[in-house]
Amino acid sequence: MNDKVKLMKGNEALAISAIRYGCDGYFGYPITPQSEVLETLEAEMPWETTGMVVLQAESELAAINMVYGGAACGKAVFTSSSSPGVSLMQEGISYLAASELPALVVNVMRGGPGLGTIQPSQSDYFQATKGGGHGDYHCIVLAPWSVQEMADFVWLGWDLAFKYRNPAMILADGVVGQMMEKVIIPEQRPRRTEDQIRQQCPWALNGRKGHRKQNIISSLELDSHQMEKNNLRFQQTYAAIEANEVRYQAIDCDDADYLIVAFGSMARVSLKVKELAAEQGIKVGLIRPITLWPFPYEAISNAAKNAKGILVVELSAGQMIEDVKLAVECQKPVEHYGRFGGIVPTPEEVFEAFKQKLIK
Amino acid sequence: METTDIIKPENLVYKKPALLKDVAMHYCPGCSHSTVHKIICEVIEEMGAEEYAIGVAPVGCAVFAYNYIDVDMIEAAHGRAPAVATAIKRLQPDKLVFTYQGDGDMAAIGTCEAIHAANRAENIAMIFINNAIYGMTGGQMAPTTLLGQKTATTPYGRRVDLNGYPLAISPLIAQLDGSCYVTRQSVHTPAAVRKAKAAIRKAFENSMAGKGTSLVEIVATCNSGWKLSPVEANKWMEENMFTKYPLGDLKNV
Repeated sequence: MNDKVKLMKGNEALAISAIRYGCDGYFGYPITPQSEVLETLEAEMPWETTGMVVLQAESELAAINMVYGGAACGKAVFTSSSSPGVSLMQEGISYLAASELPALVVNVMRGGPGLGTIQPSQSDYFQATKGGGHGDYHCIVLAPWSVQEMADFVWLGWDLAFKYRNPAMILADGVVGQMMEKVIIPEQRPRRTEDQIRQQCPWALNGRKGHRKQNIISSLELDSHQMEKNNLRFQQTYAAIEANEVRYQAIDCDDADYLIVAFGSMARVSLKVKELAAEQGIKVGLIRPITLWPFPYEAISNAAKNAKGILVVELSAGQMIEDVKLAVECQKPVEHYGRFGGIVPTPEEVFEAFKQKLIK
Repeated sequence: METTDIIKPENLVYKKPALLKDVAMHYCPGCSHSTVHKIICEVIEEMGAEEYAIGVAPVGCAVFAYNYIDVDMIEAAHGRAPAVATAIKRLQPDKLVFTYQGDGDMAAIGTCEAIHAANRAENIAMIFINNAIYGMTGGQMAPTTLLGQKTATTPYGRRVDLNGYPLAISPLIAQLDGSCYVTRQSVHTPAAVRKAKAAIRKAFENSMAGKGTSLVEIVATCNSGWKLSPVEANKWMEENMFTKYPLGDLKNV
């Protein structure tokens, strides 16, 4: 047995993986179903080992603004929350995007709207992928479907955030945050030194050492012409991300008669649906978007060419389905099956819906 | 005596600090902000801290503080400067970290962050400009607006039954175990400027010494918002503001 293999909750794996990345700081506020992130970090006491800062903030507002301050110093910082808390953070995320700061935000989704429920949901898809806060901006959105990906996407999220100077979000659902699986966490990496940060992030706030020019982090620009230029620069960044960073997993799509498109825990359920279909001689392919933004439009469009129909399975009333319809330009039947309010459907239930909606 | 005999280095008694950028300020003539900016620059220079000072600007008239104070700075969302500063200082304990906030920023939308940063004893210096009015948005009521004071949103004067009472921030912060130094100053006379400068120096030194949170409240004028001349504004401040917001140290441990 490989002693590197551990059994962990998704939230715990994410927390440990963040320490191992060489994270500089976490700022968060407890909310179900993701409080294990802060609890695990406090129990690990990384300030004694790597020097990482862990702080329980007074609110989600404070937490995201601490992330804003930390990111402005070129530090690898993150926060985590669940749906109502992430709604509170939207202004701060807009500031991060507008100030072109790399940061990681984790949303372990629960059912809404309002205070809603503490049970799993995927109903923050629109919020995560279409902006969420004010202004024209995008977060890079990663959707893990396993505990292993909860660990891995911490690294990927920061790497992409620093590469593009743009906030990244891990959009997990409560199932992935709470479930326990085998996971291998990467080895500990040292935190970057101030000299390394000065080299890698010359824009960062760390003092005008050697009389270097003043660094200013601000999203304010009252000159409309300049503000438009800033927006055009952001759009160039988003175009580069769309060109380079689309990630998805396609399973048996080549000769499939039908497609299921699902992310996170619903992709796990859909994998079983695919098996149930195969038992009855129905060829179903599964496309699992890994980046929800940028969305794998082209992959879905290509996979759908020979398909008779597509089922989108979500823990929501139907949000990602809009992007799937855009991907196939409404030239194929696209149906939706979703449960919400915290209900997670069984594979049998989804398979029945699949037959009813697409085969009839 | 010729002018050239007078203008000599050994005769120099006053100069613009090098850290105060050589640009025209957007502040109204008579406004206290420019004076406070200047003494912040002087203190950083005198401490030799320009290589490790990081400032946090607010939303409000001082939103452009980084255009004048030539050190690394960040512009925070409205009211969140103490949260932003918390992270900067915790992640870089060797830096001098200060916030600069007005009465809307600290006494209204950001009261929570100010109180909790001080309660956690964050090693930051908070500069709080209290001119009892919202300057940037055109002279609306602040939480610190005095009873009876006319503003754009209290056109007949602030009334208790409609608007509640003026909020005194410094006593709130002073009662917290995490604050080490809380003082009220002003910058309307040369003597007051010298005292305010000494207070800012002390607050900055506390930040570096790890003594906890310092708050320097500057009771200030907004002659445009108050619709008074700069001289009349100073007089009005002395006669009205200093009664509700008396100058001096509230805490010094």
